[in-house]
Amino acid sequence: MSCCGTSSARTGPERARGVERKVVFRQRWLPYALLAPQLLITIVFFFWPAAQAVWFAFLRQDAFGIRTTFVGFENFTDLFADPLYLEVVRNTAVFCTGVTILSLGVALLLAALADQQIRAATAYRTLLIWPYAIAPAVAAVLWIFLFHPQIGLIGRALNAAGIAWDYKLNGNQAMLLVILASAWKQVSYNFIFFLAGLQSIPKSVLEAAAIDGARPMRRFWTIIFPLLSPTTFFLIVVNLVYAFFDTFGVIDALTKGGPAKATETLIYRAYVDGRVNLDLGSSSAQSVVLMIIVMMLTMVQFRYVERRVHY
Amino acid sequence: MQRRTLLAGTAAISLTTPGLTRAQARTEIQFWHALPGALGEFVNQQVKRFNDSQATVTVTPSFKGSYTDNMTQAIAAWRAGNPPHIVQVFEVGTATMMAAGPAIRPVHQLLAESGVTLDPKRYLAGVRGYYSDTQGRLISMPHNSSSAIMWLNLDAFEKAGLPTNELPRTWSQIRSAAEKIKAANAAPAAMTTSWPTWVQFEQMAAIHDVPFATKANGFEGMDAELRIDAPFFRKHAEFLLALQKDGLFRYGGRDNAADALFPNGEAAIAFMSSAARARVEREAKFKWASVPLPYHDDVTQSPKNGVLGGASLWVLTARSRTPAEYRGIAEFFRFISDVDQDLWWHKATGYVPLTVAAYEKARAEGFYTQNPGADAAIRQLSRAEPTPNSMGFRLGGMIEIRNIIQEELEKAFQGQQSAAQLLENAQRRGNVVLRNFERANRA
Repeated sequence: MSCCGTSSARTGPERARGVERKVVFRQRWLPYALLAPQLLITIVFFFWPAAQAVWFAFLRQDAFGIRTTFVGFENFTDLFADPLYLEVVRNTAVFCTGVTILSLGVALLLAALADQQIRAATAYRTLLIWPYAIAPAVAAVLWIFLFHPQIGLIGRALNAAGIAWDYKLNGNQAMLLVILASAWKQVSYNFIFFLAGLQSIPKSVLEAAAIDGARPMRRFWTIIFPLLSPTTFFLIVVNLVYAFFDTFGVIDALTKGGPAKATETLIYRAYVDGRVNLDLGSSSAQSVVLMIIVMMLTMVQFRYVERRVHY
Repeated sequence: MQRRTLLAGTAAISLTTPGLTRAQARTEIQFWHALPGALGEFVNQQVKRFNDSQATVTVTPSFKGSYTDNMTQAIAAWRAGNPPHIVQVFEVGTATMMAAGPAIRPVHQLLAESGVTLDPKRYLAGVRGYYSDTQGRLISMPHNSSSAIMWLNLDAFEKAGLPTNELPRTWSQIRSAAEKIKAANAAPAAMTTSWPTWVQFEQMAAIHDVPFATKANGFEGMDAELRIDAPFFRKHAEFLLALQKDGLFRYGGRDNAADALFPNGEAAIAFMSSAARARVEREAKFKWASVPLPYHDDVTQSPKNGVLGGASLWVLTARSRTPAEYRGIAEFFRFISDVDQDLWWHKATGYVPLTVAAYEKARAEGFYTQNPGADAAIRQLSRAEPTPNSMGFRLGGMIEIRNIIQEELEKAFQGQQSAAQLLENAQRRGNVVLRNFERANRA
């Protein structure tokens, strides 16, 4: 993690002794100048909007921002007094858990299969990466063509088979559909990481286990899975963040949060309140809540889950 | 020597191309709209004709995505101090725009200041009312208007043994037609609806002359309250739930998601926007008819006008706007209100004409005998003098209110709540939206 660039690091005896290498700039302004472009981008595009969201969370404004009042914590108290918001929190928990487990599970399965000595393995690998390149709205349209109860291929087949499939009116089916569609989009990403993880596991360890008589399933659970845990851990974080923040495109195109409020998640509600309903105060308050939840989640993961990870 | 030829050359260019120098002095007008595909092409064609028709103004149309995208981008641009001159806003955004005070320039004021006279009476009553203040002055410019009408699959009607020369006009006739269609298995679903709130609540309130909200549906003040727990809405909601329970009605989703079910023959009766005509003409492989929406004949014998949908054009202010720019906008508005322009727009896009004169001209030309049903929306919009209940809706947060009603309706269709609970919940949640809007815009 040490810095790169021109340095006046003392070489010679110190280095030879193996003491940690210190990189020191002669001019004090130079490191700041070198960091400035990146810092500027971070401030303008990340800190400034984030600070603005926090500030807006304490205001009530009309859509055009002509009349502004400071309302303190009112946007937050309104939010938590709303039983529908608590329902949205529950939906989000179900949705995020579903997406993460499904996309990780399927990706791991596919990666384990694609890692074997099979014909045209590269072709499979390339094809499996494709869904990641598809825009969420387009992905959703594909899923509509499959699962729409009247015009969808699978939707019609289900109804013909006597299963009353109608995600436009059945909340559980709608939730299942948005989880499937969102997880499917993320499988490719997970697949690449799992595949890379699998390929970096030393073959000798596996061969030794095989010689000892361990069957493939046992080899997988006792050797491969533990050795993959850093990758898995990283992917859990990434997938949860994806499910929290990146899925409103799919939800918007598939169900618009409905039927009733069955598929409304925290990010979707923040989007609708801010952009469609033009209520910036409430939307900002929701963004702040979302920010806090994800910060806590990441902290918990790094503190407790990481302890069990074998690096 | 060389220098002289160069100078002479420049002089020659400026002499031979007077248009070039004049073009540089043209006033630029930015026009943001949300009409995609073919409709957007018609906007471009009309703008081009306007630009070619005079020498001082150039209107530049830009497509900005959905109605919601277009509106939020224009608002963001205004907040950043660089808004377009004209922005197209859908009818449910009307109250938000109207409350924007210094951000907008009311059309009547714009016209008066620019010395352009356009009599509000030239616009169809149902169109004019929606975009006027209580004194009847235009606040925004009518642009693309439609209304909700009823679409009937005549092949399915024949198959069910129903007459196709005498089409149903009331809800009770619709119910018995749906029963026959179901009994004869003439279509997978007897009926469906697009735009559940717009058609089954807003249009029904207007047609039956029942208030949707107090204060003349919000026209007379921001302190309006919803009145959808009234007996009429309960009657209609119970009617719809009973249809669904008896397998005569299929819920097709929010907004216009159900549009797909009519042209593919899935639903024999559908309630959709009149703007769906192009799609039905293109996709439907059966005989069909489009007629005004049905009414409950035990509530009224003479249904009022329906309300419009679609969008109007709003003039946004900016610190750097010059009088010449405002005059240019006014000239453009005069151009699109011209009878021949309006007639062309009506025929090309399928939207209703904005002016009475264009409607009469189209009728005199026999356009509606060649295209039967193309005037259903116009007849429905102008069949009565608008009452305070049928003039339109001026409710803040109308988009949110529409979604709330759709959500509660879905809960009722799922069997989770009764019609009375649906209306009570929708009214309570809708009133919270209205109060928040009032507070945000009064402070």
